[in-house]
Order: sequence, then structure tokens, then C-alpha cells
Amino acid sequence: MFPALTEDQLAIQEAAREFATAEIEPGAMARDHSAEFPKAIIGQLGEMGFMGMMVPEVYGGSGVDALSYILALEQISYADASVAVTMSVNNSVACAPIAAFGTEAQKQKYLKPLASGAVLGGFMLTEPDAGSDAAALKCRATKVDGGWKLNGAKAWITNGGVGRYFVTMAITHPELGKKGISAFVLDADQPGVIMSKPEEKMGLRSSKTVMVTLEDAFVADDDMLGQPGDGLKVAFGGLDGGRIGIAAQALGIMQRALDESIQYAKTRHSFGKPIGEHQAIQTYLAEMHAKVEASRLLIYKAAMLKDAGKPCTLEAATAKLFSTESAVWVCDRAVQIFGGYGYSREYVVERLYRDVRVTTVYEGTSEIQRMVIARGLTK
Amino acid sequence: MKILVALKQVPDTETKVKVAADGRSLDPTDVKWITSPYDEYALEEAIRLKESAQAEVTVVTLGDDKGKDVLRNALALGADNAILLKGDGQGDAFAVASALAAFAKDKGFDLILAGNKGMGGDNSAVGPMLAELLGWAQANVVVKLELSGATFRAEREIEGGSEAVEGSLPAVITAQKGLNEPRYASLKGIMAAKKKTIEEADATGLPAASAWSALTLPPARPEGRKLEGDAASQAKSLFGLLRDEAKVL
Ligand SMILES: Cc1cc2nc3c(=O)[nH]c(=O)nc-3n(C[C@H](O)[C@H](O)[C@H](O)COP(=O)(O)OP(=O)(O)OC[C@H]3O[C@@H](n4cnc5c(N)ncnc54)[C@H](O)[C@@H]3O)c2cc1C
Repeated sequence: MFPALTEDQLAIQEAAREFATAEIEPGAMARDHSAEFPKAIIGQLGEMGFMGMMVPEVYGGSGVDALSYILALEQISYADASVAVTMSVNNSVACAPIAAFGTEAQKQKYLKPLASGAVLGGFMLTEPDAGSDAAALKCRATKVDGGWKLNGAKAWITNGGVGRYFVTMAITHPELGKKGISAFVLDADQPGVIMSKPEEKMGLRSSKTVMVTLEDAFVADDDMLGQPGDGLKVAFGGLDGGRIGIAAQALGIMQRALDESIQYAKTRHSFGKPIGEHQAIQTYLAEMHAKVEASRLLIYKAAMLKDAGKPCTLEAATAKLFSTESAVWVCDRAVQIFGGYGYSREYVVERLYRDVRVTTVYEGTSEIQRMVIARGLTK
Repeated sequence: MKILVALKQVPDTETKVKVAADGRSLDPTDVKWITSPYDEYALEEAIRLKESAQAEVTVVTLGDDKGKDVLRNALALGADNAILLKGDGQGDAFAVASALAAFAKDKGFDLILAGNKGMGGDNSAVGPMLAELLGWAQANVVVKLELSGATFRAEREIEGGSEAVEGSLPAVITAQKGLNEPRYASLKGIMAAKKKTIEEADATGLPAASAWSALTLPPARPEGRKLEGDAASQAKSLFGLLRDEAKVL
């Protein structure tokens, strides 16, 4: 166990573990197979205060620190990474930017329902032709009486179809280039926001990710987050927190893969002994453990820096890169340890192997993390 | 209305039970302690009454310092006050009931809720004894509870059916699975509970009427047997074993 956790942090970690074990884990495999969105679980997580963990209590949140959030996310992810990503998106990229940039009125109108779990939110930055290079986005906001009309396409939108309020980036002033991008809170509950059917994903099957078409979708003047031209600032403002969150998601998945592997290595026999007594398997377990532990330290350190109000861009990118790449490797080894059974949909490591794969891709690919890290080192 | 909920701290069901060196108590190392699940139904019922009828909920446990975990959890779930009665909460049911009775009498409680049994010990004794010692009405193994004014109506599980009991307050009601679905503590509740104080008092009451003389684990299951030979001879020896040893054929 990490030696420096406060009593509050331990209590929150325990609450998340208890709920995840009793309520999330039991249906995880069935939801993976059916791709059914865990609506009731997300509702319960909202009631317990897990959907707006770092939002101050006056805005419906739980007012806890980033490390507590990370501890909870890790536990939820251990049980079901699909639930974890739904929770992470609502916390890190829907609530956080509104809490940071929103006006009092926006916080009352949008943050309260999002943080208390009454409605689910998301983040619309990526487009079919603008992923890593987010500034290349084309979605256009044109001025109309009292607000703006949005037109364009957004891709890979988590919580699309199941969420309502989305922090959305669009071009308000095309002549200003990158500085002409602004951020809004978009209410998806209107005819101009058209959600496609969810993507058929490799993993995270019960979380919903959709393509969104915006056709004259209306946002009021009061729905702009920050100033005109602040779009990328709003979008990237929460990136450190988001990256630590996805790193924690990866951590939960790989810890599970390791624990499952240890159990299996003790009980499966070959050549007259448990496979865990063959040196090759021992080597895997030892390296898996080392990667899990090292990732945990990087992640907790980044979260602790964030809580101390210190810059943590380098640390967050390092934590995300190392943890997600480690997690992919750890889950791969878990399948290897399980042999043929690791390739069966009846064993959890098969799901972990698919679920973990996206963590090196979203919230900034590993290639982008390396760029951020190198830039931080050489600046 | 003032409600007292009596909580017992018990070993988690997943605990691997080990007998201590004295041969008559539980070895406490590696034991994870939890609130007895039946007590969770009692607490949930009390919190619902707090929400629907502005009841004030006090929780009490008899035990040592680690009993505070159970109380802290109850505060996180919505209890107003918590008291740790210092004494032996794991031993004789009569001593526990009498300590609780000594604590509860003259404090103006209208209702005492408790689990119908402590998980693990399964004596179902403390609740009824407590009611008797206080001279209050009681209903046990309750799956539905309604209060109106100074009376209660409780539905209880009996063999092959259910029975309705009506009585007057103050009363002791012991909860059974099915009474309600206990909630999880919210993060706000957990944080708020840290700031509430847990009162402590020494338990008073009558001495134990019984004591554990020995504690033994069930004998280890014998190792499985592997049948040798081809399918036909395996079937033959299996038939023989089922008929001659297991005597089921
Ligand atoms: C399940 C899922 C959920 C998602 N949820 C959301 C969401 O809620 N909201 C949202 O806005 N987006 C979301 N995304 C989008 C995600 O953030 C993008 O997929 C990611 O940023 C990568 O963009 P891309 O897919 O367009 O890849 P590209 O940017 O096209 O990258 C393709 C490859 O090229 C590499 N590459 C690109 N540029 C460089 C460079 N300069 N140097 C070196 N290598 C480079 C990349 O690392 C990658 O390997 C989600 C994606 C997935 C898969």
C-alpha cells in the first residue's frame, strides 16, 4: 500500500472499492458482451458523489482532492474500465473545465446537475479530420441573434447519446486561426445535435462513444466558456488532470490483470507443478508487478503535485505514457499466462486486454505524450 | 422521535477463521471487521425514519477501539450521534444485552433497532433479551415496519409464512434481510463523519451468564480420489463407491 495516504483518502478509496466489488464487478462481463450502458450504476455513482468528485460542494460536487479522485477511479477501473471511462469523462473533461472557466450562472445551470450526477456530460473536441492535431478542427460557430449556431462533425464522443451537456469547441472567428476557436457548453437535447449509433469498439464495450453531427445546433451567448478565442485554452486546461485520470484507469486495469494472473499461476498446473513455479512465468509476474508499482508512484506523484497547485504537465504526461504503455504490456502478459483460456471470452483477462488498448490512444496518444515530455525536458 | 441502533462488529464473511492459542476464541490476526449485515438493515431503517419522520438516530456498539470503524461508517450513512460502549462485545449475549439495556434506559428512546442476529455467532439473543430487560414490546426477524403515533406494526418471517405484530412504543425491533436495501455512504457523508465526535463510555450491566468453553473448526475435507483405468472400469468402480461407501445407491 502507498504509505502517504490520509485517512480521508483511505476512506474514499475503501468506499469506491466496496461499491465496485459489490455492484460493478458482478455484471461487468455481461455488459461487455451485451454492450449495455450501465445506467443504474452511473446513477448510483452520482448519488454517492463520484461523478463530480473535485467540484466544490456548493456546486453539487464532493470537494475532494485529485489524489482521492485518482484512488477512486483506479478502484472502479479494477472492476470495469467502461464504467471508469464514463466517470472519468464526466469528472475530468465536463465538470473540470466548467468549474475552472464557468461563470456563476453557468456553474448553477450546468455544473450542479453534472457534478451531482443528475445528468451526464462530455467533451466534444475531436473531429473526423482533427485528432491529435486538435487545432485543425473545422466545426463552425456562426453568430445569430442571442447566441451561436454550430455546424460540423465531432468524432469519438464519449457519453454521446447518454449524456446531455457537452463542452464543445468550435471556430467563432475563422480569420484568427487557432485564436479564433471558442468553447461552449452545448445542450445535446435539441434536434440540431444528431448522435449516430455508438461505435463498434474493440473494448470498453458498455461505454458509449459516438459520432455527432451538428446542424444549426444552438448555444446562447451565455453558454460560451471563457472569452471568445479561449477554446484551446479551455480544451487543454484540463489536460493534465485528464491524463492522470486515464493513467489511473490503466492502473486499475493492469492491477486486475496482475491479480488474476497471480491467482491463475498458483492454481494451474503443468509438468507436475503450478505454472507459477516455472521461472518464465515468475519473470512475467515480477515484471508485471514492478510496472504496476512504478506506474502507481508516477500517477500519485502527479496528482499530489496538482493538489499542491504546482505545475504537473511533465509529470502527468510521464505518468500517462508509462502507465498506459505498461498496462498494455501487463495485460498482454496476462493473456500469455492464461494460455488458451486467456483467449476465451469467459475469462476476464480477455476483456482487460481489449479494454486497456485504448489507453495509449485517447486523452493524447503516447506519441503526443513523448512530444510533451521532450518539450518539457528541453525547454 | 429518538431511535437507538445497536451495531455489532463482526468478522467479514471472507475471513479465514482461525482459532486462537487458548482454544476458545477467535484469532484476531488478519481478520477484517465489518458491521454485521443484519445491523445494516436496522441502520438503514432508522435513517429512512430520520428522513421521513425527522427521527434522531443514535448508534451504539459495545466493543474496543476498533469498534469506532463501525460507528464512523454509521455516521457517514446519516446517523446523528455515536457512542462506543467500552466492553466485550463479542462474548456472552446476556452481558451484551444488559450493557445495552443499562445504556438505553432513561435516555428517552422510542425505538431500538438491531439486527435479528450477529453474523457468525447467529444466536438471535441480544434483541429479545434487551427488550425483556427494558420491559419493552418487541418484534423480531422483521421484514416490514410501519409506525404511527405511539404504535408499530411489524411483519415478521415465520416458518412458511409471515406474521403481523402490533404493539406500542417504546419497542425493540430486530431486522431481517428484506426489510430494506441499505444505501452506500456518499463521499460527502464520509467526509462529514470524520468531523463528528464519537462519545465513549464504560459499559455497565450484569456479568456474563455463559462463556465459550471451546472453539473448533470443522474437520478438513478429505482429499478427492482419482479413479484409474478406462471409462468402463472407472464407471464400475464409481458405481461400487456410490453403493458401498457413500451408500446413495
Ligand atoms: C474510445 C474513445 C473515446 C474517445 N472519447 C473522446 C471524447 O470524449 N472527446 C473527444 O474530443 N475525443 C475523444 N476521443 C478521441 C481521441 O482523443 C483521439 O482519438 C486521439 O486524440 C487521437 O486522435 P486520432 O484518432 O485522430 O489519431 P491521429 O491524430 O490521426 O493519430 C494517428 C497516429 O499518428 C500519430 N501522430 C499524430 N500526430 C503526430 C505527431 N505530431 N508526431 C508523432 N505522431 C503523431 C498518433 O500518435 C497516432 O499514432 C476518443 C477516442 C476513443 C478511441
